[in-house]
Amino acid sequence: MVRFENVGLRYGMGPEVLKDINFSIAPRSFQYLTGPSGAGKTTLMRLILMALKPTRGLVDLFGQDASRLDGQTLTAFRRRMGVVFQDFRLLDHLTVYENVALPLRVIGKEEASYRAEVVELLRWVGLGERMHAVPAVLSGGEKQRAAIARALIARPELLLADEPTGNVDPGLGRRLLRLFMELQQLGTAVIIATHDLNLMDIYDAPRLVLADGHLHVDG
Amino acid sequence: MAEADDDGPDLREERALPSNLRRDQPLVPVDGVAGRALMAVIAILTFLASISAGAAVLAARASEQWRGAISNEMTIQVRPESQRDIEADVARAVRMAQGLDGIASVRAVPKAESDKLLEPWLGTGLDLVELPVPRLIVLTLKSGASPDITRFGPELRKEVPGAILDDHRVWVRRLSAMAGTIIVSGFVIVLLVLTAAALAVAFATRGAMAGSRESVEVLHFVGADDDFIAREFQSRFIRLGLRGGAFGGVAAIFAIAILGLLASYWNTAPEAEQLQALFGAFEIGWAGYGAVFLVAIIVAAIAGLVSRITVRHYLRALT
Repeated sequence: MVRFENVGLRYGMGPEVLKDINFSIAPRSFQYLTGPSGAGKTTLMRLILMALKPTRGLVDLFGQDASRLDGQTLTAFRRRMGVVFQDFRLLDHLTVYENVALPLRVIGKEEASYRAEVVELLRWVGLGERMHAVPAVLSGGEKQRAAIARALIARPELLLADEPTGNVDPGLGRRLLRLFMELQQLGTAVIIATHDLNLMDIYDAPRLVLADGHLHVDG
Repeated sequence: MAEADDDGPDLREERALPSNLRRDQPLVPVDGVAGRALMAVIAILTFLASISAGAAVLAARASEQWRGAISNEMTIQVRPESQRDIEADVARAVRMAQGLDGIASVRAVPKAESDKLLEPWLGTGLDLVELPVPRLIVLTLKSGASPDITRFGPELRKEVPGAILDDHRVWVRRLSAMAGTIIVSGFVIVLLVLTAAALAVAFATRGAMAGSRESVEVLHFVGADDDFIAREFQSRFIRLGLRGGAFGGVAAIFAIAILGLLASYWNTAPEAEQLQALFGAFEIGWAGYGAVFLVAIIVAAIAGLVSRITVRHYLRALT
């Protein structure tokens, strides 16, 4: 599903921030991406999302060389992925409901066809009473749950979650982790970027560990 | 998608879906201060373009009236000469004119009427008997007829030495040139204003794109293609353009209507006749209102098109 071969990345003429990255993500797999703050977890996720181009090496997505993708294929691939940003990236002028429904709206689905599904998911993540609120009045945890719901609503084949439990209490953190596990069992490959050791101890899964720009796989 | 968890909210509770879920909010916000400022700019530009288009239509109509009024008639001016009987000259000229092909009617303007034409310059109550006032003969042409004036002119001069045939061609040419200049100027001004509107929208779109860069990135990540994003921007700018165009167009129609009212009010003044003679009736007619409406629609279309092109260009640069 995702394969990195000798991938390196540098910004401008600066030093390489990611060096010789080699790993692959199998369908229906579950893994953590971990490492100290600033190790490059978010950068690696942006490479998978094709928001950044590697300065060397091969990034293979869904069986195709990512450097040769045209705009249409890129969009089609992104529709197969769900992403939870560390800073949520909710659109401020839209309500929680509209934010969560966004992936379905952009593919041209009729609102009536997904309304019940979006409301159900919002209730599940505990935002049933907040669906009319705009992000500005939400707490950090509520924003995070809205961002997670948005990533899940289109049932992606690959879920990338950047610190998805960073702003929620441990109870909800555990629930969200169980949701990700459940998603994996339903067929989604999940990558969770976190440096929360407690979270990783709840469910044992391979760990992609980033340190000093290099990556190694534990477990 | 998922089932209830022990420590989660009760998911089995069945609740009706809120009926007001959809707010149909646009995905890219371009309202607000910048949007309103752009709408004001579009309204002002539409107003100016509409006024220019209206002025061009007014000039075209006036020129049509002038030409209609004078191109289907000719005049013979008979100047008094001391050794000749002017009344006999006038009668001879009338007879010759009646014999010319393509003439519908010939009318010698009576002396009293000729004298009256001098009143604006000489005042009333003067006895003009001693003044050598020329006499006029008005020849009305049959529609579509073109009398052979190259032959008639010299023949007339031979019979009536003081007679001058004037077919108004020089006047028609000058008036046509003047009206043509006004129409072309109006058209050029409309083009310039439309270009200014296009540039204003292009800059505003770039500003809106830069301001919505994060939103655009999120839209890309959730699976929106460039076409979808361009459509979102385009529809917002078309709406802005339509609103601005409507305000500007309506303001222009009001301005033209008020000028028309003022013109009809001035009709009672002594100068009104000359004003009327120059501009005709101050009325742009349905063609004029159509031109104003067209300008507003074109402005909105330009707003949509330019924003789409700008967004596509910006997105290409972004990726």
